[in-house]
Amino acid sequence: MKKYLLYGFLIISGLITLAPFIWMVSASFMHDGHASVYPPRFFPDEFTFEQYIALFSRLNITRNFLNSLFISVIVTGISLIFNSMAGYAFAKYRFKGKNKLFNLLLSSMIIPAQVTMLPLFLMLKEFGFINTYMALIIPGLANIFGIFLIRQYALSIPDSLIESARLDGATDFQIYYKIIMPLALPILVTLAIFTFMGTWNDFLWPLIALNDSSMYTLPVALANLMGEHTKDPELMMAGSVLTILPVLIVFLVLQKYYIKGIMMGSVKG
Amino acid sequence: MKFFNKENSSAAYMFLAPAMISIFIFFFIPVIAAFIISFTDFDVYALSSYGYLRFVGFRNYIQLMNEPLFWTALKNTFYFVIFAGPLSVCVSLAAAIMLNSKLIKYKGIFRLVYFMPVVTTLVAVAIVWRFIYHPRFGLLNYALGFVGIHPIDWLGDPNWAMPAIVLMSVWKNFGYNMIIFIAGLQNIPEYLYEAAILEGANSWQQFKNITVPMLAPTTLFISIITMIGYFQLFAEPYIMTQGGPLNKTLSIVQYMYQEGFRWWNMGYSASIAFVLFFIIFIGTLIQLKVQKSSEEV
Repeated sequence: MKKYLLYGFLIISGLITLAPFIWMVSASFMHDGHASVYPPRFFPDEFTFEQYIALFSRLNITRNFLNSLFISVIVTGISLIFNSMAGYAFAKYRFKGKNKLFNLLLSSMIIPAQVTMLPLFLMLKEFGFINTYMALIIPGLANIFGIFLIRQYALSIPDSLIESARLDGATDFQIYYKIIMPLALPILVTLAIFTFMGTWNDFLWPLIALNDSSMYTLPVALANLMGEHTKDPELMMAGSVLTILPVLIVFLVLQKYYIKGIMMGSVKG
Repeated sequence: MKFFNKENSSAAYMFLAPAMISIFIFFFIPVIAAFIISFTDFDVYALSSYGYLRFVGFRNYIQLMNEPLFWTALKNTFYFVIFAGPLSVCVSLAAAIMLNSKLIKYKGIFRLVYFMPVVTTLVAVAIVWRFIYHPRFGLLNYALGFVGIHPIDWLGDPNWAMPAIVLMSVWKNFGYNMIIFIAGLQNIPEYLYEAAILEGANSWQQFKNITVPMLAPTTLFISIITMIGYFQLFAEPYIMTQGGPLNKTLSIVQYMYQEGFRWWNMGYSASIAFVLFFIIFIGTLIQLKVQKSSEEV
């Protein structure tokens, strides 16, 4: 009895969680005006790609899609290298000021990113980077959470492995990329997903740093489109599907790593 | 310990350099610069030439305290944090406890479904919810119609706009904390429950006397990260209500954004950012204090 009650509750909660997505997908395949009906439809009455075609041909969303993809991939790639090197150093080396530096980094995680945005904008404007890809790549080069995550994982790699490699004459850098990197692969995948999704989904900073619609990332382009198409749910739903789809696919394929990362991130350092 | 010699510490600095340099230049220096800017009259004139820049002491902060719109934004943000925060934590905990039950199979599928809103793009789902909240054609009013609730103009009614944003945020975020709670629940030793059952404790007593105290560190962590995140409310009202109606959903970050990047009152805007930081800092301290004193009891 208790079991069926539990299942019933879980299934209803699941349906409530999914309902917005189902409606979104269904509306995105409708003709103009067909989603503004009562009662709401969970299936298109007449299936059409017209909204997607409008997005790609008339509204030039391909460019925005590629902007988002390019920036997310670059930021993920570079920050993975920077964060893994720093995380490894914090886990396996002794150097002056190590604990102080690490504690400074950890405690500065409560500083909201918004605090940095005004000076960052001015700084990047001086460099001529505003409204370029650089404006979005530079603030993402390294991040404290990533360093912390790698460090936690690298701590569990036995010192003996490193020591024996050193006796065999391996240099510090060889040890890093031939021994540590392959062993840390699971956490690197986790961090890659976090970074990719974080960059893809980011809104406030791209909104500030980009002012040309051809430079917009997908979320900014979508928000901009919303301003002109408040009465076109079908078109907006197609845009939302396109924005969500890549991150959802990444998540579905690699969910094991993602969920493990959240659990690790919550462990006290 | 042999291999930690002087030579190695120079290798350590090499590994640290790229990340540390970029964090110092693009994070720490901006934090300090923002602090300095908040004591200047940095505005659209200074933006064209720094020669116009002057130190004005606490003028921005004083102006802030006398600005009704700032108090409105502050009140709205607190309203959001106070309702959405605990509600998110409770929904997450309930979902985690249900999914941790031994009676349930297919946990992976449920977990996946509940987690989906977390990974999706906030801007996109805010747009979806804007239509879900549509007074005539929206899904929510349709669903509420079945239980006899008359249509509500969610985003157009000043009294309902913020609750609508709270509801959407809980939907979007509960999956994340749910995962952390599940990890916490799995760390509670099974024998505690077995002993409690032997002594005749019912489900509620087990929850109150075992689950809640054993989860306290997890709950503290979740409360703090949830609070920090929720104080930074921006995209939801920006997309769904633009801060309206009647400024009822204007958040601190949106106010900061408008002052700084629409009107270029950067000095003033920086002071708003620091007030936000200060509030988050105090909020975190209070949570840590409360946790500590409850441990001592």
